[in-house]
Amino acid sequence: MARHVVVVGAGPAGLAAAAAALRAGARVTLIDSAERPGGQYHRMLPEAFAAERPGRLHHGWDGFDRLRRHVLGHPRCRWWPESPVWSLERPEPGEPRPPRVHVLRGGPADASGRERHVLDPDALVLAPGAHDRVLPFPGWDLPGVFTAGAAQALAKGERLVVGDQVVVAGAGPFLLPVAASLLEAGAGVLEVLEANPAATVLRGWSRRPWELASQGGKAAELAEYAGLLARHRVPYRLGRTVVEARGDGRVEEVVTARLRADWSVVPGTGRVLAVDALCVSHGFSPQLELPVAAGCEPRRAPSGSGWPGSASFVAVDGDQRTTAAGVYAAGEITGIGGAAAARAEGLLAGWHAAGGAPDAPEIAAPRRRRDRARAFAARLAAAHPIGAAWPGWLRPETVVCRCEETSYGTLRQAAADRAGGSARALRLGTRAGLGPCQARVCGPAVADLLAGDGIPSGDPHNRPVAQPIRLGELARPPHREESAT
Amino acid sequence: MSPRLVRGADDAAGRGPDTPIEITVDGVPVAGVAGQTVGGVLLAAGRRAWREGPSGAPRGIFCGIGVCFDCLVTVNGDRDVRACRRRARDGDVVTTQSRAGDR
Repeated sequence: MARHVVVVGAGPAGLAAAAAALRAGARVTLIDSAERPGGQYHRMLPEAFAAERPGRLHHGWDGFDRLRRHVLGHPRCRWWPESPVWSLERPEPGEPRPPRVHVLRGGPADASGRERHVLDPDALVLAPGAHDRVLPFPGWDLPGVFTAGAAQALAKGERLVVGDQVVVAGAGPFLLPVAASLLEAGAGVLEVLEANPAATVLRGWSRRPWELASQGGKAAELAEYAGLLARHRVPYRLGRTVVEARGDGRVEEVVTARLRADWSVVPGTGRVLAVDALCVSHGFSPQLELPVAAGCEPRRAPSGSGWPGSASFVAVDGDQRTTAAGVYAAGEITGIGGAAAARAEGLLAGWHAAGGAPDAPEIAAPRRRRDRARAFAARLAAAHPIGAAWPGWLRPETVVCRCEETSYGTLRQAAADRAGGSARALRLGTRAGLGPCQARVCGPAVADLLAGDGIPSGDPHNRPVAQPIRLGELARPPHREESAT
Repeated sequence: MSPRLVRGADDAAGRGPDTPIEITVDGVPVAGVAGQTVGGVLLAAGRRAWREGPSGAPRGIFCGIGVCFDCLVTVNGDRDVRACRRRARDGDVVTTQSRAGDR
């Protein structure tokens, strides 16, 4: 019988992985927690909207639309939407097989009474994607402050505009498509603020100019966003950011200030601007709980940090194989690379997971595309880094952990009291990262804030229960499937 | 102004005619459109916040994609439902949650 490949995540990486695994002859189960495929990049409108021209809201819609129809309609593909993977169960040590996949099915998001399903795949492809990384600043917990990803998801995914006097701020090229989505939906965008000064951005972009030619599509997409901003007379300012949000019960104004290359604030450059919404993103955090649960080793960042650091990713070889037996990884969890890199990685991961011939001619092109897209991603990362002086924006009372409302002052105090010692003791003492989001939001910031004190932050991505499950669901016996081989 | 739904007639995506739905939030009827999330219905109805953190601080939609858990509500008796991910259905009974006084 054909190999059974389970693919977790139906965004650009997961869909491509499913397509390649099907092409290599495998049986595929494609799983996503959303109702429709596409992930965040190709977030689809709900079926109830009966949209006639959904492609108007997307780059590369036609290719995506063909691919999802092909994959979801394939006789060897089983599509499980609205199905969170809540746990991965590792095999006994020495047993060279992928983890057992625990899935919840049969109800809408966070419903009660969903059924447990357990899959024993021959290979597992993890493509869970990433979410916005947002650094804390005074007032970032006010209602009306959204992640840039939220504003885009609401505009693209359910045609909701977050405001009419919107500031988009943070770092990275993602700010541009977010502003474009807002403008398309009819929002008023006051300005787009890239925290990195022009010198940093230009230096990053102009490195190894010969690599740019092969990424003409991406460069053209960015130029298109810049043109849209210009037509709407929305300024794109470099070296300036929002250092404070203020308001009574909701954001009413923001304070912006000029930044130096290290993101320290230039005194006397503050400006106050009335807003009705603020959208922020300082980059992306990969969703690492599933690879950590599967036992995948992290890729060592140049700084030498592994999982605990604020920028860690899954280590993969040239075939997208992780260090865990039978587990492949593709997309943002191997490094923030965007949709093109994710698609190419997905193709390679799916092909190899399905046992496709390692020297097959059809994977030569995806391999080259993957390498080029990775190089382009490295360029973008160099052009839009996070400046080390960002904690200078914080005040003692600034909330760092949104869930538990742990303040910067509390965290500083606990760090100064070295008697606490371990990261675990510090977390228990301050409750930072112990709330409902399980440090998904504050984890990287807390790690950065404590790194200066030499306190390792522990493993912020260790979440044995990857998605919420209710006790009643846990108590019921699961549906098990025997391995196909 | 507050968050709002793009008008159907202006929607470049060519949205079909909206199907009205109604949910209740803490007993008060709130009008929405089929396809919106519970969070989307609340935002479009002019509510930016509906949950309280431990200090009573207001919380609503922040990440919009199910990561931050700021937007939790109770839906038809099920606690801790992410409003940004749950599609609203006609007749849904939504109650807001507060962590004020947890500590």
